[in-house]
Amino acid sequence: MPADQQEPQAGKIGGRGSAVHGSAASFEDPLEPQASTTGASMSLLERGVVAVAGATLATLGLRGHPFARIALMGAGIGLTIVAVQGKNPLATALKIQQDPETGETLVSDAVTIAKPADALYAIWRKLENLPQLMTHLQEVRVLDERRSHWTVKAPVGEVGWDAEITADEPGQRIAWQSLPGASVENSGEVIFRAAPGKRGTEVIVRLRYKAPGGTAGAVVARIAGQEPSQQLRDDLMRFKREQELGFAPTTEGQTSGRAAHEAKKSAGKGEQMQADKQAPRAQKQGEAQ
Amino acid sequence: MKALIWQGTNKVGIETVPDPTLLLPSDAIVKITSTAICGSDLHLLDGYIPSMEKGDIMGHEFMGEVVEVGRDVKRLKVGDRVIVPFNIACGLCDHCTRGNYSACDNTNPNHRMAEALYGAVSGGGLFGYSHMYGGYAGGQAQYVRVPFADVGGFKIESNLRDDQVLFLTDIFPTGYQAAENCQIVKGRDVVAVFGAGPVGQFAARSAQMLGAAKVIIVDRVPERLKMAEAAGIETINYEQTDVLIALREATGGRGPDHVIDAVGMEAHGHGPGALVDTAKQKMRLSFDRITALRWAILSCAKGGTVSMPGVYGGLIDKLPMGAAFAKGLVFRMGQTHTHRYVRPLLAHIEKGDIDPSFVITHRATLDEAPELYKTFRDKHDGCIKVVLDPWGQPTGKA
Repeated sequence: MPADQQEPQAGKIGGRGSAVHGSAASFEDPLEPQASTTGASMSLLERGVVAVAGATLATLGLRGHPFARIALMGAGIGLTIVAVQGKNPLATALKIQQDPETGETLVSDAVTIAKPADALYAIWRKLENLPQLMTHLQEVRVLDERRSHWTVKAPVGEVGWDAEITADEPGQRIAWQSLPGASVENSGEVIFRAAPGKRGTEVIVRLRYKAPGGTAGAVVARIAGQEPSQQLRDDLMRFKREQELGFAPTTEGQTSGRAAHEAKKSAGKGEQMQADKQAPRAQKQGEAQ
Repeated sequence: MKALIWQGTNKVGIETVPDPTLLLPSDAIVKITSTAICGSDLHLLDGYIPSMEKGDIMGHEFMGEVVEVGRDVKRLKVGDRVIVPFNIACGLCDHCTRGNYSACDNTNPNHRMAEALYGAVSGGGLFGYSHMYGGYAGGQAQYVRVPFADVGGFKIESNLRDDQVLFLTDIFPTGYQAAENCQIVKGRDVVAVFGAGPVGQFAARSAQMLGAAKVIIVDRVPERLKMAEAAGIETINYEQTDVLIALREATGGRGPDHVIDAVGMEAHGHGPGALVDTAKQKMRLSFDRITALRWAILSCAKGGTVSMPGVYGGLIDKLPMGAAFAKGLVFRMGQTHTHRYVRPLLAHIEKGDIDPSFVITHRATLDEAPELYKTFRDKHDGCIKVVLDPWGQPTGKA
């Protein structure tokens, strides 16, 4: 995030202001929702591309078969409207959240865990643990008290940046932010607060980043399932289960008729397959079947 | 081992598959002695539940003998005779500790699939009921892996027959919870039950056990009505009379104080819900579905309860919400918190208050199950409830 965008915006967008500048006092206030709009504003370049495409289709729609004309004209006019409005309709449909001021994509989720806040905070504060908590992270290397180096898996190779801790309130909140020059500008915070009725701790994670490729990139990532909001949901549920159960529930490796079905498919025969190569349990136990 | 496999829509078959193994230290392996076909299994057969995969083992009403336990299993040991609720609960999360086992936070590894359809947070995993509910292998088989075995394995120490305790896994608690949700005032309240399938039968008898002054059951299948009549339940055949007028008459114009909708999405009582995935299903079933629920709302007395053990999966329109509001109705619904009811209902069975085996009309071996699925679905041969013996040799006659 460029330095000129780091001015405090307290009172305007509470979540962000506290995320970046995080004074202890700010947490005393009730937690404000992050200011955001559903859907994403397109960059000028994106709007230009869409506008040209719209105009081209509309022009093509001036001749040809009547049905084709209606279709092309309609599509052309539609794209032109999208370009003028500057809102990516797919991003809106996919409920991608965006900060209206900075254009950053926002991702947040929360989970309630039946454990005390201090214990959960301690796990997160040890930054080396973060790759276990957030699967998109490859590695977090602590450089000094405040600074650390983060690496994420990318479609090709990996991407890394330096980040610093911007707020650290024991048992309550940790905030971090990438340092200038990061390939993906991003920041985040994790908030711990007591759940009412002795239900443990509410863990709220908020991430914000500049999506590579603008709104189109965010849409593609969401559809491809690589999008942080989906990862975050899984990550928080895994963390909750690890804390409450000590393990993750699984069906991996369970028995099924799948092997037979796949074998059947590849063999191309209707004959039923004997999938089990081991002795059936009944025989192992010497029982008559 | 042999198992009943979902092979695609309208296709189930018996296949030989590997025996289940312990996957986690809290698992147990149970050798199944009795297993049943549930009305909700028909939703799977008919292909209405998304996220089934070819090769899935079906079945969620089963009991048997523990043959192996993981190192973290404390309450069960090899040789124990157990019944296992159809839903899988961790016993540790906030919902479980409050007794709301079907709302367990922690047992569905595929929680996100369910969240994508229903928003908020997924309920717990289920045996043999699609990958959206965890993809756990089911119990229409010779063996089953029971995850969270200390929570889900209930020892049966009396010498009751399998037939008498098997339905504690699902349909008896499901019917009972539906009746309990009505908060029946003893000796005063009249309860009407729509649907005389297995869950409707148990709901009606549970309403009697809970002290209803009168219980009325509504269906169109004569043998189902007859089964209810045998227990002193009044019956209405909606094909032969106007059900709303008949219910008014039966209640002196007040309407039943509580109405239980044991019909659900496919005219079979209970079972885990899932989003209705195709318009085709809606086209075919919306009439039945909306009719039962609409009748329930329209017939219910002012201030009464509409209790819904029947499964709804998707979106319903043309629901008489104005009538529900005008009468100040209470709606109660959802998956059964089976674990909560196993011990109290077992005590009722042991005392002889009820013998759940009354509902069984068909017994067969596992090999005969594919045929029985069709008999049950088509309501042929007076079929109300099928119990399967996974180890029996086929007799050739179901």
